[in-house]
Amino acid sequence: MVRFLGGLVGLFFAGMLLLSFIWGAVSFVSAPPAPTAEGEFHKHPREIAWSFNGPLGKYDKQQLQRGFQVYTEVCSACHSLKQVAFRDLEALGYSPAEIKAIAKARQVPDVDPKTGEMSTRPGIPADHFPLVYPNDVAARAANNNAIPPDLSLVAKSRHGGADYIHSLLTGFTSQQGYKNEDGKELLKEFPDAKTPEGLHFNPYFANLNLAMAPPLTAEGQVSYGEGQPKPTVDQMAQDVSAFLTWAAEPKMEARKSTGIAVVFFLLIATVLAWMSYQNIWSTKEH
Amino acid sequence: MSFPWAEHYTPKLPLMKWIDEKLPLPRFVYNAVGGGYEVPRNLNYFWNFGVLAGLALTIQLVTGIILAMHYASNAGIAFDSVEHMMRDVNSGWLLRYAHANGASFFFIVVYIHIFRGLFYGSYKAPREMVWLLGVVIFLLMMATAFMGYVLPWGQMSFWGAQVITGLFSAIPVVGDPIHTWLLGGFAPGDATLNRFFSLHYLLPFVIAGVIILHIWALHIPGSSNPTGVEVKGPQDTVPFHPYYTAKDGFGVGVFLLLFALVLFFAPNAMGHPDNYIQANPMSTPAHIVPEWYFWPFYAILRAFTMDLSIPFTGIVIIPAKLLGVLAMFSSILLLFFLPWIDTSPVRSGTYRPLFKKFFYLLLVDVVVLGYCGGAPAAEPYVMISQIAAAYYFAHFLIVLPIIASIERPDPLPGSITEAVLAKAKHRPVEADPALAAAAE
Repeated sequence: MVRFLGGLVGLFFAGMLLLSFIWGAVSFVSAPPAPTAEGEFHKHPREIAWSFNGPLGKYDKQQLQRGFQVYTEVCSACHSLKQVAFRDLEALGYSPAEIKAIAKARQVPDVDPKTGEMSTRPGIPADHFPLVYPNDVAARAANNNAIPPDLSLVAKSRHGGADYIHSLLTGFTSQQGYKNEDGKELLKEFPDAKTPEGLHFNPYFANLNLAMAPPLTAEGQVSYGEGQPKPTVDQMAQDVSAFLTWAAEPKMEARKSTGIAVVFFLLIATVLAWMSYQNIWSTKEH
Repeated sequence: MSFPWAEHYTPKLPLMKWIDEKLPLPRFVYNAVGGGYEVPRNLNYFWNFGVLAGLALTIQLVTGIILAMHYASNAGIAFDSVEHMMRDVNSGWLLRYAHANGASFFFIVVYIHIFRGLFYGSYKAPREMVWLLGVVIFLLMMATAFMGYVLPWGQMSFWGAQVITGLFSAIPVVGDPIHTWLLGGFAPGDATLNRFFSLHYLLPFVIAGVIILHIWALHIPGSSNPTGVEVKGPQDTVPFHPYYTAKDGFGVGVFLLLFALVLFFAPNAMGHPDNYIQANPMSTPAHIVPEWYFWPFYAILRAFTMDLSIPFTGIVIIPAKLLGVLAMFSSILLLFFLPWIDTSPVRSGTYRPLFKKFFYLLLVDVVVLGYCGGAPAAEPYVMISQIAAAYYFAHFLIVLPIIASIERPDPLPGSITEAVLAKAKHRPVEADPALAAAAE
């Protein structure tokens, strides 16, 4: 009885699925899905040999400081970094005095101790980076109806992480005459895909047009100190991508070094466990 | 509960004698996983995965209980409280990554455990109850994992909750009220998050309880083995301790090594980037996908694209969405009937030439379903998952009963020892007196 009823259920589901398949296949053949501009012209991020790649990779503190400088002078005009506290910057190699100065340069919201009114005061190391806009409505109003995302986790919340951020920052280009690797020209293939007014064409962005204008446009936009590499657009983009990777994963170095120790310990333990297993079973065929 | 030749627990220390009279817990442990439990001598590495599943649950319990000390189940601050753990709680990143990847490893281990049972016929008499309880554990695990994934309150948490609870709204007439009742509102919100946290904390202990029943039910007939031939005498078995505790020790080492490699060097590889974006009811992600361990079932859900209707009248009997929901639940519930669907008297797939071929086909089929479930809901993935889902149902409900009636199994070994002997015939048997005796 179980087998009979089960067989009927099986025939029913399999039958419905095969009918669905035939229906789907017919419409797939008669009206194949039209290629989309995103499908054909979206580019995958270029891979960079980051210092933090691989199981032994570490952050380059000099690079993180440069990236922090790019964030401060360029990105922070619109993008917040709310999960990061000023005290966290110690990991970039800043001294406590420098961190105090960095915090003090920013106003954080607080209650006025005399009147109880909402007000602001200079930051202290325990504060988090303050929000740029008081709320989403204000953010939209100031940015052509787009919200600049918080950057604390952007390196982990986008496929490709640092590679993606770097490619996106350096990937702005003119849509006129833009061709992909196959030599197809975007506006000839998809005349409707023209970037709307107020958006900016960037093939690394999922739907090819984003609200952010190219933030890094000229060499020397940020002036790095003595002995640092030349601040080309690519260099600045790499540095800020590295900084944002740190901001998203500040415990990466502790994680990897713990991992090396744990794996080393487990290797020895597993070899010992294998030897005792062999020893105990040595007189038992199995 | 054990074979007559099993060792008996004999406490030597006065303290242990005293405890044994008052509460024979050490005796219970000795008979369950100690020298008092006799186990077939020929178990292969696939028999390590029960212990590994227990270990995975323990890792989840320990990390989860500590995480709960730092987590806030409030839609306004849940996401930030998780980031607080990652940044400011001592070793919080380790606990959270261990818990998130621990869930994945729990499912990897349990899937291997389930397919071990499917191949070696572990669901067959006299172990039906072990199998049924196992399916219950699997269902509880799925519910627990789903609710756990909602807790970080990222984009995939929110939209996953939206989609999965939305399945219940496919039920005719009462669907929408049930949906609202489950969520505690019309969309996932604070009430949803709080009840999911409460249940996510409760269900692992229910799982632990059912695991005790699962092991109890196992210990009545005793463990199965790769030949599927029942134990015939003392030469067929070895005491669990030290033989299988030693073998499991090695298995645990390998498991922890692989776990550590992912946990410390690729902790986000099995997650979805979108879950690092705070839940936003106003912005739907481009592709809503559940965690990878649900992908095969998600593919079955989405494979139904056609309403069941009376041709040429336009009268819909069962809408496609409801069909998908029914099929998805059926794909797991049918496992409850497996002991009575597969009537072949031979347990082990090793001696079932026809069954073996279809088993490997099922294995590939489930992997294909998984791949399609993780892919966007577009062609050709939908068409592939339709074929794969059709085979999934056909395999269990049509193919297995047919194989059972037409297959001619290979000859079975006379006993476990005989099988071990045949395998070892190129090696000297004198090393083992029991085996040498059996050989004569």
